[in-house]
Amino acid sequence: MANDPILSRRNVLKWSGAAATVVVAGAVLPNFGITAALAADLGAGDIGVLNYAYALEQLEAAFYTQVLQTPYAGMTGDEQTILTAIRDHEIAHRDFLKKALGHSAIPDLEVNFGKINFNSRKSVLGTADVFENLGVAAYNGAGKLIQKVDYLAAAGSIVSVEARHAAAIAELLHGGSAAAAGAGHVDGHGLDGALSPKQVLPKAAPFIKTPVTAMSL
Amino acid sequence: MSNSENFILDTIEPEVADSIVSSRRDAFAKYGKLALIGSAPIVLAMASKEAFAAGGLPQQVVDVLNFALTLEYLEAAFYKKGNGTKGLIPARYRALFKTIGAHETAHVALLKGALGAAAVAAPAVDFTAGGKYADAFSNFQTFATLSATFEDLGVAAYKGQAGNLAGIPVLTTALQIHSVEARHASAVRPLIGKAGWDDAFDKPKTKNEVLAAATPFLA
Repeated sequence: MANDPILSRRNVLKWSGAAATVVVAGAVLPNFGITAALAADLGAGDIGVLNYAYALEQLEAAFYTQVLQTPYAGMTGDEQTILTAIRDHEIAHRDFLKKALGHSAIPDLEVNFGKINFNSRKSVLGTADVFENLGVAAYNGAGKLIQKVDYLAAAGSIVSVEARHAAAIAELLHGGSAAAAGAGHVDGHGLDGALSPKQVLPKAAPFIKTPVTAMSL
Repeated sequence: MSNSENFILDTIEPEVADSIVSSRRDAFAKYGKLALIGSAPIVLAMASKEAFAAGGLPQQVVDVLNFALTLEYLEAAFYKKGNGTKGLIPARYRALFKTIGAHETAHVALLKGALGAAAVAAPAVDFTAGGKYADAFSNFQTFATLSATFEDLGVAAYKGQAGNLAGIPVLTTALQIHSVEARHASAVRPLIGKAGWDDAFDKPKTKNEVLAAATPFLA
């Protein structure tokens, strides 16, 4: 991974935000905890939530980019089509959020995919399954933290696409079952997951080399 | 506005800062009252029983939930009939549709429970849409086409109503239903030769757009 030109370039990007933004950015990174910042200043709430989403989308985009750069053994044409579409969606989500955040965007995150075997279909699709379901639950749980209705609408437009991804990945993993309908993730009331940032970030943390040093620049 | 809030907003684009400030003001003006009524409960049934027990649900919320309930009735009835029709669904997809049907039935129960006496009755349905889909329950492709249509419609409908629930606890529940409908849509669309999605961003539909699309199936 370290030799990958795209990911290496990501690593050297310099943090250029203002001091105030560092507080918010720090708040969404795994070793910190978003809730304190949100509770301390609701005015920063939407920026914090968007940066939180931006962090997750960066993670997903980097993951699928790597998946397509080093396809696992035996990737079928259909699988490649699906994974390519998902990659492009995640990149579009990432770029959308980055643009919406403008100068308040957190820096490019450095990822850690050391535990993923990109040559293994099971490892790749299993990770995709984790990321997509985590994304769905993260957006569902973050909706209530969003103040601006336009941002809520944007998050809504993204979360259902993440749910569509989750179904497609589930079908690849467990075709011919109820998995694609959400079995295993949808509860007895027909409800999908909804997790707080505090619950989501520890699950994402193993895949992100927390750029703590960048935060202190 | 606090000093620290000003400081944060100073770091972003001026027009974005302005719109954040003004939209927050609008949101409080519009939803402030609702936000005061409901706070912690996430589960819809709890929201109705605890947060809204004193005066019932605000009319705006009743309208949204009844709108959602109408769509859920439609979906639940559709899958009940489809899952109960022998020979319609190929063995490979029976577990899928059985689960989708169970979710829709659960959504009906959840929304009815939240609305209580304010819940609308189940509409009379015509899944052939006046004969246009005469083989809805004898041709799996037609059944799956209607299923995908209803699911995509449900996704767009919930998405279109999210703004009307902003600031109140039922928003989370609505979002939790919304993403389940999206899973369903993505699971069914490939059965009629479509990708699970149209694009990177799903588009919302207004209430009128949704009702126009659903009306042919309401008898």
